[in-house]
Amino acid sequence: MRVVVTVRPRAGILDPQGEALGRSLRGLGHAVSEVRAGKVFDLELEAGSPAEAEAAAREIAEAVLSNPLIEDFEVTVGGAVGA
Amino acid sequence: MSLRVGVTVFPGSCDERDAARAVELMGAEPVELWHADADLQGVDAVLVPGGFSYGDYLRPGALAARSPVLSAVAAHAAAGGPVLGVCNGFQVLTEAGLLPGVLRTNRTLRFRCEDARLVVERESPWLPGVAAGETLTIPSKHHDGCFFADPGLIEAMQERGQVLMRYAHNGNGSVGAIACVTSERGNVAGLMPHPEHAVDPLLGSTDGRILLSGLLALAGAAAAV
Repeated sequence: MRVVVTVRPRAGILDPQGEALGRSLRGLGHAVSEVRAGKVFDLELEAGSPAEAEAAAREIAEAVLSNPLIEDFEVTVGGAVGA
Repeated sequence: MSLRVGVTVFPGSCDERDAARAVELMGAEPVELWHADADLQGVDAVLVPGGFSYGDYLRPGALAARSPVLSAVAAHAAAGGPVLGVCNGFQVLTEAGLLPGVLRTNRTLRFRCEDARLVVERESPWLPGVAAGETLTIPSKHHDGCFFADPGLIEAMQERGQVLMRYAHNGNGSVGAIACVTSERGNVAGLMPHPEHAVDPLLGSTDGRILLSGLLALAGAAAAV
């Protein structure tokens, strides 16, 4: 079962990469006031039900894919980004 | 019998040879510890050296922190054994939860290579013979060395005496210019600058010897218990 985990810098946490991207985009003439840079993970999980897949993905996201000191994550069961 | 100091080796480590040589210069025996083996081979202390373990994939230190050897290092630390993390090793120990906080990309987004001047915050077994307010000079080279923890954690760390040194010049943008921290219990320490590169007068500073002698003193004390 396909599960998508999105990890982002937590609100209020400085994101130097996002700031640099924002400066570049504004330099190209885009009206972008803020950029926050995160990561997306597509997981193919063996699970008996969507709820089971979501629980497994949450466990993975909490323990490995995100660092709770600086990042939040979201889990979406189903369609993959770009698939 | 000389003390034995384990030096962890991950795919992408690059300072393990300097670390092993520095351990030898200090009169101890270095023991290479391969990342895939959860076996410390009975060492008295562990040095987690710098580099780019697992290519810095996901987050610096994140994958090494979840490797078999780190579970053995965590057990060693839980038993009171001393552990020193340098640069990527510091990142690994924070990711493993053995040290507080996290190391993020430098505020300037640039790789910095310089002699870091570190102001000693307090007397500690990690810094034998060094008084609060003294300055050590230790070379530093990293892209992701900006120490971060939220204000509540910083305050708690300061109250518990877990902040050991601060940068005189805060080039990477660390919160509170924090450069070197310890665990609550005090037997685990980490910093971005490289003590193992500052052990020979030929290369400028020998201040790195101070931290390494602290590691050995803690190992000797733990072994004597």
